[in-house]
Amino acid sequence: MSPVTAVVVFPGTNCERDVIRALRALGGEAEAVWHRDADLSGFAGVVLPGGFAHGDYLRPGAIAATSPIMAAVRRMAGEGRPVLGICNGWQVLCEAGLLPGAHIANRDLRFICRFVEVEVVDTDTVLTSTLQVGQVLRIPLNSYEGAWVDPSGEGRVVLRYRDDPNGSQGRAAAVADGRGNVVGVMPHPERAVDHLTGSTDGVPLLESYLAALERLPVHA
Amino acid sequence: MRELPPEEDALSIVAQEAPPEAEPAHRLLGLTDEEYRSILDLLGREPTPAELAVYSVMWSEHCSYKSSRVHLGRLPTEAPWVVMGPGENAGVVDLGNGWCAALRIESHNHPSFVEPFQGAATGVGGIIRDILTVGARPVALWDQIRFGPIDHDRSRYLFGGVVSGIAWYGNAVGVPTVGGETAFAETYSANPLVNVMCLGLLPRDRVVRATAGNPGNVAVLLGAPTGRDGIGGASILASAGFDATSESKRPSVQVGDPFQGKKLIEACLELYERGLVVGIQDLGAGGISCAASETAARAGVGVELDLDRIHVREEGMDPAELLISESQERMLAFVVPERVEEVLEVARRWEVDASVVGRVVAGDRVVARHHGRVVLDLPAASLTDGAPAYRRPYGEPQWMEDLWSNTLSMVRPPRLGDALLRLLDDPSVASARWVYEQYDHMLFLDTVVGPGADASLTRVDRAGLVVSTDGNGRVCYLDPRRGAARLVWEAAANLATLGARPLAVVDNLNFGNPEDPDVMWQFVETVQGLAEACTQLGVPVVGGNVSFYNETEGKSIHPTPVVGMLGIVDPLPEQIPRWENVEEGDELWIVGSDPTPNLAGSAFEQVVFGHVGGRPASTNPTRGNSVLGLVRRLVAEGIPVALHDVSDGGLLVAVAELCIAARIGVGLSYSDWRALFSEDPHRIVAVVSPADSHRLVDAARRQGVEISRLGTFGGDSILLEGPDRREAVPLEEASAAHLGAIPRRMATSHAT
Repeated sequence: MSPVTAVVVFPGTNCERDVIRALRALGGEAEAVWHRDADLSGFAGVVLPGGFAHGDYLRPGAIAATSPIMAAVRRMAGEGRPVLGICNGWQVLCEAGLLPGAHIANRDLRFICRFVEVEVVDTDTVLTSTLQVGQVLRIPLNSYEGAWVDPSGEGRVVLRYRDDPNGSQGRAAAVADGRGNVVGVMPHPERAVDHLTGSTDGVPLLESYLAALERLPVHA
Repeated sequence: MRELPPEEDALSIVAQEAPPEAEPAHRLLGLTDEEYRSILDLLGREPTPAELAVYSVMWSEHCSYKSSRVHLGRLPTEAPWVVMGPGENAGVVDLGNGWCAALRIESHNHPSFVEPFQGAATGVGGIIRDILTVGARPVALWDQIRFGPIDHDRSRYLFGGVVSGIAWYGNAVGVPTVGGETAFAETYSANPLVNVMCLGLLPRDRVVRATAGNPGNVAVLLGAPTGRDGIGGASILASAGFDATSESKRPSVQVGDPFQGKKLIEACLELYERGLVVGIQDLGAGGISCAASETAARAGVGVELDLDRIHVREEGMDPAELLISESQERMLAFVVPERVEEVLEVARRWEVDASVVGRVVAGDRVVARHHGRVVLDLPAASLTDGAPAYRRPYGEPQWMEDLWSNTLSMVRPPRLGDALLRLLDDPSVASARWVYEQYDHMLFLDTVVGPGADASLTRVDRAGLVVSTDGNGRVCYLDPRRGAARLVWEAAANLATLGARPLAVVDNLNFGNPEDPDVMWQFVETVQGLAEACTQLGVPVVGGNVSFYNETEGKSIHPTPVVGMLGIVDPLPEQIPRWENVEEGDELWIVGSDPTPNLAGSAFEQVVFGHVGGRPASTNPTRGNSVLGLVRRLVAEGIPVALHDVSDGGLLVAVAELCIAARIGVGLSYSDWRALFSEDPHRIVAVVSPADSHRLVDAARRQGVEISRLGTFGGDSILLEGPDRREAVPLEEASAAHLGAIPRRMATSHAT
């Protein structure tokens, strides 16, 4: 049986079905897990999908970071398993302290939903292991608080915007922790898996993630 | 983050707020003396304050359609694939593949003028719950928004506020906004139009009805706690025009919470999937009193409500407030007693508040108790079918003849290229990218064609649902009947560009004051035009909305019907025509012909000459149907690289939009310059590769449709070759005008 991904659903999350569909289309196994479940045993990796967890109230990700499931997510991150936060999921990872920095409103104070080009700058992560440095990908951005700021300077930039759509520090579109198994990405790879809807450039990103799932044994 | 409206004069508003002395309560609530007497007759006694409040809402124009009901019967509503037609929360049609589609359109004009951000946001929330009520998952939204000239501060404030309100609610509630319309005209200066349409999908066997079901059923109120917001929104805001006191109506605008809305969607869908509810009704205008009376009347039963059990946001609400509160994100579900615990459990799991607030009883009355006292006891049907219906006087306005004879003498404009650039730079014609890039239009991974095209295409298994929405107040003002018919044909043409045949229409009829016979004439003519065109196309009207009293200081807006049309293309074509696919060497053709170009009501006359006059041409069903048939066939056979209907701005703008999308120039020859700007809806621009042009020619010959070759794509300018002159517009200039028209103007005001 192939390793299974837990796709965490907070109240207000809205991209969970898309992520599950995309992972399954690429041969992966994925299941939705409610944020009150505290147990992720049996899962090989976890994706925090996009949306508006808890309505983005207080700050995006701030309330979700305190959900019961986050202790299990933290444990998986500590074990070196793949933990991927997409858009709102990245905001949750920052609020939970699993990734450095925080997100603020886009420079133009408007929501942005459009394709952007990102360049791969680091391939030593669970999101980019099958890619080459310098490779350019076209994937959709979909966020209001999309600009990442990191006064600590600890974040490893994984993907960088080719233009500067939102004022993100260092034009960062994706950032990893020191070990490269926890990654936050602002554009949505799951929205770029089909020529009919505009791009398949998200495929190698999700394939990298799926490949990373195989590296550690899963305990029951 | 939102700005205050400019030029707000708080003192003058306060000064005008004091009501005239001793005005009777029913009049303050918007009921006429005659309507009040009917209530006395119905009840055989004086109404309680709560009853009076409920009647005032349910008998308002907004809820009762009292001025329009007698005319709407002329619209064709039947087809073998119609599962649910007008009068329900949404129209439902069978897609023939195990799925049904639900479609509905609504206006939120008045709230959006008073408070653009929340007015528009709650419009989105409301339409989503209408779709949810019939058992469907809401999967796509469209917004048709109209404002005064964008150069006015006030218009920019309203426009910016409405767009951010739609973005805020729609993005967070998790329903993609895949299209719409943006227009600016003087007539909407003091009365913007904010219409919103939603599409839902449901398995064929899961259609849910808005019924209370049998006696013994339990009424469960789900969702946000009830508060004082939106008290009397329908009667106070939506059923009267605006004057200087309008700002003081701001407390009547509801406040939305997309987070509650999202949780409610998921909870309700689980209830449907598990078959836990007998019927359900969303709480919109008129709040729980409306929901209870509609569901009771439909089932022929009574409903008893215990107002003390409603979960509330604030203490001390009186019975009338509890009954008519328009607090958002609430649904009233009817459940058999044995399953109530399961329903409450589902609600708990999704973190949605729920209370058992009443039960279904034999009889025909809605009864409400508060602190053990009966505060309302009336026949359910008296609020719905029993509402007044008026046959308002109407007649052709005397000024129509003057309008029709006021034609623009056909002077040739100084330069066609200049005219093109001015059109592309007009905010109503220009790209709406600034708007739709603020909306999530990609969620669910099925937006195959999104905003910025003629129509959107949402994938459903191997098929595509194709949707277009169209309005044109200028043409409808010049001839409401012809204008309305043109909109229907235009929508059908948009559908055809993606190979789809029409399945259903919904209409949003935005008009002025129905008590004015001129306005009522415009309305009756519009309904007639819609009825004729829908009949000619064989497409049923499955739902609609009427918004009257779009007037300010006694001046009504131009009649502005908006037509939303749903079609299907099954299977998806192998080559989906897309503007951006046009390449160097591709051939430019026009399918259909316009032998007598008519520029009355065109964007060309308005934008270039500031002229609105003359009588627009009538539609031609024979020509229309043969063009649509050919175009659908071309798409099915994979012939066109790109297709574009001819509408706002005419043929030349359509061709320029292709060039801008594909970043390529064109050489175009014409014989009659007027045909470049006429907006005849029975023409479609087709682009084919040279290798395929013989297939186009053969297909057109077989179908007996006239086509002509206009030119070839290539180069970096739009080259116009006429009988006696040659002009070139650099593509870069055209692009800058079209893409920059709105952002450039909005850059002069603060982001909202």
